[in-house]
Amino acid sequence: MSELIEMQNISLKAAEMVEEGRVHKALYSDPAIFEEELDKVFNNTWVYVGHESEVPDAGCYKTAWVGRQPVILSRDRKMNLHVLQNRCRHRGATVCEGRKGKTKSFTCPYHGWGYGLDGALRALPKPEEYEGVLDKNELPLERLRVETYQGLVFATYREDLESLYDFLGGARKWIDLFMKQGGGYPVKVLGEHRFNFPGNWKIQLENTTDAYHFPIIHKSFITSLDDATADIFDFLHGDGFVEDLGNGHSVMVMIPELVDLEDNLDQPIPPRFQKLADELRAEGRSEEEVQKLVRAAHGTGFNLNLFPNVSCSMAFLRVLRPVSVGETEIQHVALGGAGAPAPFNRKRMRLHEHFQGPMGFGTPDDGEAWERVHKGSQAGQDGWILVNRGMNNLHQSPDGNVAGAVCSETGMRGAYRQYKKVMAAGEDK
Amino acid sequence: MSTQTQILNDVTAFIWHESDLLDHKGYQDWLQLWNEDGLYIVPAEFNADGNYEDTLNLALDDADMRSMRVARLENGESVSANSTGNTIRMVSRVRVLEAGDDLVIARCAMTLNEMRHGKLVTYPADVEYRLQPTGDGYRLAGKVVRLMHADSFLRTVSFIF
Ligand code: FES
Ligand SMILES: [Fe+2]
Repeated sequence: MSELIEMQNISLKAAEMVEEGRVHKALYSDPAIFEEELDKVFNNTWVYVGHESEVPDAGCYKTAWVGRQPVILSRDRKMNLHVLQNRCRHRGATVCEGRKGKTKSFTCPYHGWGYGLDGALRALPKPEEYEGVLDKNELPLERLRVETYQGLVFATYREDLESLYDFLGGARKWIDLFMKQGGGYPVKVLGEHRFNFPGNWKIQLENTTDAYHFPIIHKSFITSLDDATADIFDFLHGDGFVEDLGNGHSVMVMIPELVDLEDNLDQPIPPRFQKLADELRAEGRSEEEVQKLVRAAHGTGFNLNLFPNVSCSMAFLRVLRPVSVGETEIQHVALGGAGAPAPFNRKRMRLHEHFQGPMGFGTPDDGEAWERVHKGSQAGQDGWILVNRGMNNLHQSPDGNVAGAVCSETGMRGAYRQYKKVMAAGEDK
Repeated sequence: MSTQTQILNDVTAFIWHESDLLDHKGYQDWLQLWNEDGLYIVPAEFNADGNYEDTLNLALDDADMRSMRVARLENGESVSANSTGNTIRMVSRVRVLEAGDDLVIARCAMTLNEMRHGKLVTYPADVEYRLQPTGDGYRLAGKVVRLMHADSFLRTVSFIF
């Protein structure tokens, strides 16, 4: 084991800075490592770009990012999804601005080249100067490979990569469970919160599989809850666990009673959902449907971390984007049911606003902690970040995976193992 | 002084008073300005269309949420609130949009400055006030803070806009 790394002349490669149970702090702050991550991680794996409900109809689009590259997620007239580089093939301008919308085509504002929803270059002004010079068929907006699972849309530059289905692997079963929170309706994006923090993206990657911090940093959130709800969030002593699902994915089950939202539909209505239940009954919903919607309104009792940039986190999606070695943008995407009763979706949004986003009762305290990690980890020439919590207490899950206690750092170790693997790729050549 | 100028003066005085309370963390006094059914709203998009309850907002606080928000900022349990100093906000361009007997609606420009871990963070916003005239001054019946940052990315916020 290397105990000291000479920071002045780093010879260790990023992959060697990851050991089982600790990672070197340079991974948070070295600009050269960051550039390598954009290439080896973000350009070489499946990256989450959006949810199908964000582009429900033909002609819908939303802008997104793959690492530092701007892309467009679009739906063509035949309802096929495309992920296109947002870069005009003429001289490079973005052809689409704004977060989302509906269009018949993407027209570059600079010289007017026009592209279809599938990226094909359809027309350009004054084409005669190009006769014999260029062939439109060779200049579509560049397409990424796109695959979806349960409405989650991922893209990659790699044609030779395993399928998304295989990449998600052991995480699929948890995605299936996560998608039950539409309350019998298809899960739909209701809106999103956007904020950034001055810190490395991996600080955020670690956080959604970190139950240890919850009762400490989120004390002021817990205080704001009624007693019954506060009890539910007091999960460190419960039967929860963290399971390493492979390929960098992991699940952290905090509230085992809320793993399957279609189970236990005969519970009394908790106080914080009483008003919702009354509103649903007033709409004439059956008692069965009221129970199902109220239970779904809780969200699931687990965080599913998908490497490298999305987490299905209890009731919402957390999407991260690395901006620079010391800046990360985060979206907290609120979910509800497509066609679900309005009181249900309203309640889901109010719960989201309570904890999530830059003005929630939870996120600002997370942000403060991450900012301090970023600042504090600059101290000293050498130093390690510990992710060894719970290594003494591992067991095998029913699915045959390594699992640890709910507040163990098992999920972080899984993510860093995958990180090490992709960062080491090509090193031996 | 014309009636219109008088109303503008009264409204501006109210807004400045409210701004001063918030900048100096006079949160309990701020809560007292509100009508019970008033909503404090920070939309998640600058051009949100006004149907706030069916939209995701950064904040949509009824009386309960307002008291809980203030409690979180004051009770010492929130590390981000503890490390937030005073804010300084500038309010200008006040315009009375409607001056009814029961409701006065006004709009103004506001820029809030925060020193966060040694860096100045600035939030420009368009703020709409709904004020209910009473025998002695106005009651706050609604406040909507449209942040320019809402269309982009905010820093996390442990104060009240
Ligand atoms: S850069 Fe797009 S048409 Fe010229
Ligand atoms: Fe947290």
